[in-house]
Amino acid sequence: MPKDGGIGASSKRREDIRFLTGTGKYTDDINIRGQAYVHFLRSDVAHAKINGIDTSAAAAMPGVVQIFTGADFEAVGGIPCGWEITDRHGKAMQEPKHPVLAHGKVRHVGDPIAAVVAESLEQARDAAEAIELDLEELPAVVNMKAALVEGATKVHDDLDNNLCYDWGFVEENKGAVDAAIKGAAHVTTLELVNNRLVANPMEPRVAVGEYDRADGQHTLHTTSQNPHVIRLLMGAFVLGIPEHKLRVVAPDVGGGFGTKIFHYAEEAFCTFAAKAVNRPVKWTSSRSEAFMSDAHGRDHVTKIELALDKDNNFVAVRTETLANMGAYLSTFASSVPTWLHGTLMAGNYKTPNVYVNVKAVFTNTVPVDAYRGAGRPEATYQLERVIDMAARELGVDPIALRRQNYITEFPYATPVAVEYDTGDYNATMDKLEEIADIKGFAARRKESEARGMMRGLGINNYIEACGIAPSNLVGQLGARAGLYDAATVRVNATGSISVMVGAHSHGQGHETAFPQVVAEMLGIDESMIDIVHGDTSKIPFGMGTYGSRSLAVCGSAMVRATEKIINKAKKIAAHLMEASEADIELKDGNFSVAGTDKSVAWGDVTLAAYVPHNYPLEDIEPGLEETAFYDPANFTYPAGAYACEVEVDPDTGKVTIARFAAADDFGNVINPMIVSGQVHGGIAQGIGQALLESCVYDEDGQLLSASYMDYTMPRADDLPFYSVDHSCQTPCTHNPLGVKGCGEAGAIGSPPSVINAVIDALNSGGHDVKHIDMPATPAKVWAAMQS
Amino acid sequence: MSKITMTVNGKAASGDVEGRTLLSSFLREDLFLTGTHIGCDTSQCGACVVHVNGVAVKSCTMLAAEADGAEISTIEGQAAPDGTLNTIQQAFQDHHGLQCGFCTPGMVMSAAALLKENPKPTEAEVRHYLEGNICRCTGYHNIVKAILAASGQEIPAIAAE
Ligand code: FES
Ligand code: FES
Repeated sequence: MPKDGGIGASSKRREDIRFLTGTGKYTDDINIRGQAYVHFLRSDVAHAKINGIDTSAAAAMPGVVQIFTGADFEAVGGIPCGWEITDRHGKAMQEPKHPVLAHGKVRHVGDPIAAVVAESLEQARDAAEAIELDLEELPAVVNMKAALVEGATKVHDDLDNNLCYDWGFVEENKGAVDAAIKGAAHVTTLELVNNRLVANPMEPRVAVGEYDRADGQHTLHTTSQNPHVIRLLMGAFVLGIPEHKLRVVAPDVGGGFGTKIFHYAEEAFCTFAAKAVNRPVKWTSSRSEAFMSDAHGRDHVTKIELALDKDNNFVAVRTETLANMGAYLSTFASSVPTWLHGTLMAGNYKTPNVYVNVKAVFTNTVPVDAYRGAGRPEATYQLERVIDMAARELGVDPIALRRQNYITEFPYATPVAVEYDTGDYNATMDKLEEIADIKGFAARRKESEARGMMRGLGINNYIEACGIAPSNLVGQLGARAGLYDAATVRVNATGSISVMVGAHSHGQGHETAFPQVVAEMLGIDESMIDIVHGDTSKIPFGMGTYGSRSLAVCGSAMVRATEKIINKAKKIAAHLMEASEADIELKDGNFSVAGTDKSVAWGDVTLAAYVPHNYPLEDIEPGLEETAFYDPANFTYPAGAYACEVEVDPDTGKVTIARFAAADDFGNVINPMIVSGQVHGGIAQGIGQALLESCVYDEDGQLLSASYMDYTMPRADDLPFYSVDHSCQTPCTHNPLGVKGCGEAGAIGSPPSVINAVIDALNSGGHDVKHIDMPATPAKVWAAMQS
Repeated sequence: MSKITMTVNGKAASGDVEGRTLLSSFLREDLFLTGTHIGCDTSQCGACVVHVNGVAVKSCTMLAAEADGAEISTIEGQAAPDGTLNTIQQAFQDHHGLQCGFCTPGMVMSAAALLKENPKPTEAEVRHYLEGNICRCTGYHNIVKAILAASGQEIPAIAAE
């Protein structure tokens, strides 16, 4: 029986009402009396020396309030990177300065050169056109291999070269891995590209800065997944504003997918300019601007080798990856190809020897950072593609080959430094075989062939490290922040509850799912509980939402705070009933004394806490409010198995997704409806990456895919209904809810199955095609068929 | 600047607009109807869909001045005055047809136009009709399901979850 409330219920989302009636409040809906508008003049070339900026004519244009250039920001800090990587030789990564407005040079198309603040947006735009720029164009470095050649043009003149770092993991194991590959019975080698993507949340970024001269208070309203992180980075590293004088508000946010984690120059600009011009300053990104200023995702070029013994056991994996950083280091850019990628290269398999090498490279392109999955999709894609290729080379069943190599005992310490706490990969594969109807594939292929189509089946596993992250561990690995989270449970006098959480909901349904947990713990109705998020002035602290961490980390903090509430409430109840605290039981919102018929209701206890007339003031403080910080002991490890069936049109090379199935193990599930929705969205993004999406630069560093005319977003008729299941549940062993996180799985797990299916279809049609790089567009597939 | 008047969600509305002012900006900035969203600058995302004289229109592709005298309806006018959601809105909530909510106003307005034209669309017809509406969150699964449900039709078994 489905539950109608609490943990495990598909409670309908309460936030939907405002979104369905047009009463949501997104950042662009905020208009503050007296606000001015900013327009950024951005570089239209990839690389140039700035010899001069003449703003005199522009400054005289109607409505112009003030024009800013890089010189205005010389006294403030640069946009910081939050993670320092140490390379294989023990050297710290090369870390260039990232100014708020370009200074001396522009380094990518879209790099902001000047900012015009004016009475209206139109006036700001008109004036920006009147700014005279003297740019001396320089050769651009776009291709990563070319960027690393001795003597290549440098993106940053003050660095040694374009190599950010050369990372080896685990460096001490390299010799053993090399030896295992040398001695293997079979080695499959695959070179592939993980295509550059643009996250494209439907709401473009917006920033509104405010300054109050009366008390020196700055406020930034911004489209962020983590307002406290923005306050920390911008306050401490860029503008030098202490936390108590800086409030960051992220109201309703229209999707993030990683790209709204990072601290951006436009946020610092609006905060800075609001004080400088003494007016609120608003910036709203256009979509074209978003393509050249939102951090991009992926963009890895990898060679992977999988070695097997004569019985097809995996004996070693070795990879070499070039990872594009773009022109500057975005907030978490350096951690994505390293710790979020290398640590997952064991996958679901007991391969004893793994070595990962990553060279991160600066190029004259938009900075690259985390996009849904961040590092883990790249790891999954290479591993699951090379396994499929090995199965094909060896003539063995790809499911059987995987099953043979699964990790089956937990906890399991991988050779790449993580310990999986629980999992059951055979169970998710069994479930997948059932929901995908793998047995029925042969008949479906026949039916497709009868219509002249080639049909392929692709399957893969995935594992991810979520619930980011244990602070002690990530501190050792170079993180410049802790990655715990916090929650305050405020019980009001009449028993209603506000929970202030550090996680931020931008589509994930926290406002519905989080109260389900508290309601279950207290035995009261969900409707008595509200979640407050997205405002540093209302919430104690929080590291925000990304890395599928909200429930696993912030939800755990909320559980801890609720436990403290229960403890205190029991003390109060014991006093009210003149009983011993040890005998008090809480059930269905009532406190009773064990073995008696005495009880007091939730509301009686909460009222007593705030109206302490008959109250043991010497023992217990009045009020009922508790805060907890929670730092996870380990990552969580969601895992699963995915299957995709495609039809390929032999005349055009067009790939159609015929069926898609996902069997995930997320541990315990709070709201199954929301979890399925997260998987659906992730799958669509993964299919988008595999078939449609690609961010393309030409050799001069011009961004060719800078609008929805050129960048193919998945649309409703590109996609089928998906069959998703999360009934295989091995609960996480180290967080109180036993949850693992579900936000990224779909995007991590789906690209390899799509490409595996395309390869299978082509081979079934007699085309000996070993690999096609994503996106598998009709042109690429057709070309592969001709070769 | 020219003066325009129109009926928006059943009420008279007027304002002074520049020739270049888009209907979407007029709705958002002059009438404070911020439920109509702007997701792109090339008329492709559909977050801005409203009905002009009963026809679904991307309000970012129409000048406010062109809508002078028109009958406009927006997402704010869809629920009953007491707040009761209409059939399509309710189906979106029941079937989790929205996540971040940014594409939602356009989706609901497009769905309304579809069901007016074609009260019992097939799954393929729904998907085809939504070509001009991009959603980045839902993978469309639950949007398509919600629209089929709003049309009073059976939902295919595969879409049950
Ligand atoms: S804003 Fe109108 S179609 Fe995108
Ligand atoms: S619900 Fe977020 S874009 Fe559709």
